[in-house]
Amino acid sequence: MAVLAAHNLRKFYDGEEVVAGISFGIAAGECFGLLGPNGAGKTTTLRLCLGLTDPDGGTIELMQRPVPGAARAARERVGVVPQMDNLDPDFTVSENLLVYGRYFGLAERAIRARIPELLEFAGLTARAESRIQTLSGGMKRRLTLARALINDPDLIFMDEPTTGLDPQARHLIWDRLKQLLAQGKTIVLTTHFMEEAERLCARLAIMDRGRFITEGSPRELISRHIEPHVVEVHGDRVMEWADSEARALASRLEKSGETVFCYATDPAPLVASLSRRDELRHLHRPADLEDVFLKLTGRELRD
Amino acid sequence: MRAFALPSMSLRFVPVWRRNLLVWRKLAVPSILGNLADPLIYVLGLGYGLGSMLPQVGGVPYIAFLAAGMVCSSTMNSATFEAMYSAFSRMHVQRTWDAIMMAPLDLDDVVLAELVWAASKSVLSGAAILAVAWLLGLTQSFLSLWVLALVPVVGLAFGALALAVTAMARSYDFFMYYFTLIITPMSLLCGVFFPVDQLPPAFQAIAAFLPLTHAVAVARPLLLGEVPGQLALHLLVLLAYAAGGFYAATVLFRRRLLK
Repeated sequence: MAVLAAHNLRKFYDGEEVVAGISFGIAAGECFGLLGPNGAGKTTTLRLCLGLTDPDGGTIELMQRPVPGAARAARERVGVVPQMDNLDPDFTVSENLLVYGRYFGLAERAIRARIPELLEFAGLTARAESRIQTLSGGMKRRLTLARALINDPDLIFMDEPTTGLDPQARHLIWDRLKQLLAQGKTIVLTTHFMEEAERLCARLAIMDRGRFITEGSPRELISRHIEPHVVEVHGDRVMEWADSEARALASRLEKSGETVFCYATDPAPLVASLSRRDELRHLHRPADLEDVFLKLTGRELRD
Repeated sequence: MRAFALPSMSLRFVPVWRRNLLVWRKLAVPSILGNLADPLIYVLGLGYGLGSMLPQVGGVPYIAFLAAGMVCSSTMNSATFEAMYSAFSRMHVQRTWDAIMMAPLDLDDVVLAELVWAASKSVLSGAAILAVAWLLGLTQSFLSLWVLALVPVVGLAFGALALAVTAMARSYDFFMYYFTLIITPMSLLCGVFFPVDQLPPAFQAIAAFLPLTHAVAVARPLLLGEVPGQLALHLLVLLAYAAGGFYAATVLFRRRLLK
């Protein structure tokens, strides 16, 4: 059963089409990842799905309700972790949860009963009475996640949930998201961390310039779009080596700054060629989602 | 187009109003003192200082005349300040509105909550000046208690106008224009410090359209123990400003935040 379905969704800003006719369906219990460079249209897509802005074309159904028409009612079953921190700075940790629960029309007693388990889930039990300003970035993000769960939602939207966090904090968030998936929650996640998408998402779409340019499981995308082996090479005169030898040995070459990325089905000839070149250093690794992402969206900067 | 639809009004605004109340309760004492100090200085300073040099104004001592005006201007300032600086902080700086709109509440609910909250806070300011007037013996008529019914209407009118300004503001600096071009002139033209009929006819004509004039025209007779004339007209003007400002604010906020 689809908890979210969009058909031919379009949105224009100042004559520019930032969401250009995308369609997708998300089934209950799934973790769907929306990947894309900055400005690809990910956040706008989330805002459209939540009914926070009207589409210029297409239809959306969230929790079997039409959006934006019945978006408010649909959001009763939805939790959101936004990209920008918007916790209430005037309140303590538990006051943030209490006040947010009231927005859902929940009974005071029910909210107060739920707060301890949410604090436990977020690892913030000891900080229940702390002011928001005293929390670290990771704690704030965990509190935002706990806040998004106050109404025990079926579907959780997460807009870049681990951007700006250190590895420890990031792994903790990933662990909590896995717990939520194990409980049967549905998660829609935007990210530009490929590792995050590979770990969490059963299915993902890569978005660029308002369009889905590919869709599938992380493994499918890797096997569909890219050779299984990557040899990254750098060092003196690497470009000369690339043009004289590598071009014939690799099925595809990409030059980026001082590094040459060689993509191959059989990496042995490349590695053999490199063994005769002491001045070159190389890293041989399996292809990953980031290679797919860079191949499809290009290597140039996007801000 | 949804942008121009009438504001949806429901009790959903209550939890947002309660959020603001909870913040205010943490800062209540300095907030009340701050709200009270300014108008009190005007009443005492101008009332006794300037008043001692004046004959009676409108048949009463100047300080009693002034206190009635200050009830209204204090209410106006309090609602205006809350709906501009504080609402702008919540909307733009703290992103509190964004968080609320991810819950099952709409922008219309948030705007209504801000309006009612601004009016609620202004009631405290108006009531505080009324209490001072009683303590100083400037009013002895129980008719003056009806001011407590007038003050929320004044708060709604000025809160709504200020919210429309907030919807257009890019930064806090923008609010200075509204204070210097609208609020301060209104304080001087609308009968707070001296009777409107002392003004040249052209200014009197302008004052007749300004909401503060109508607020003062109700509050002053009440404090002096008289039933105000043309009560329905004055209240209708205030309610019209409240409704018009609220509609304009809602449309402007939608254009700003739901695009």
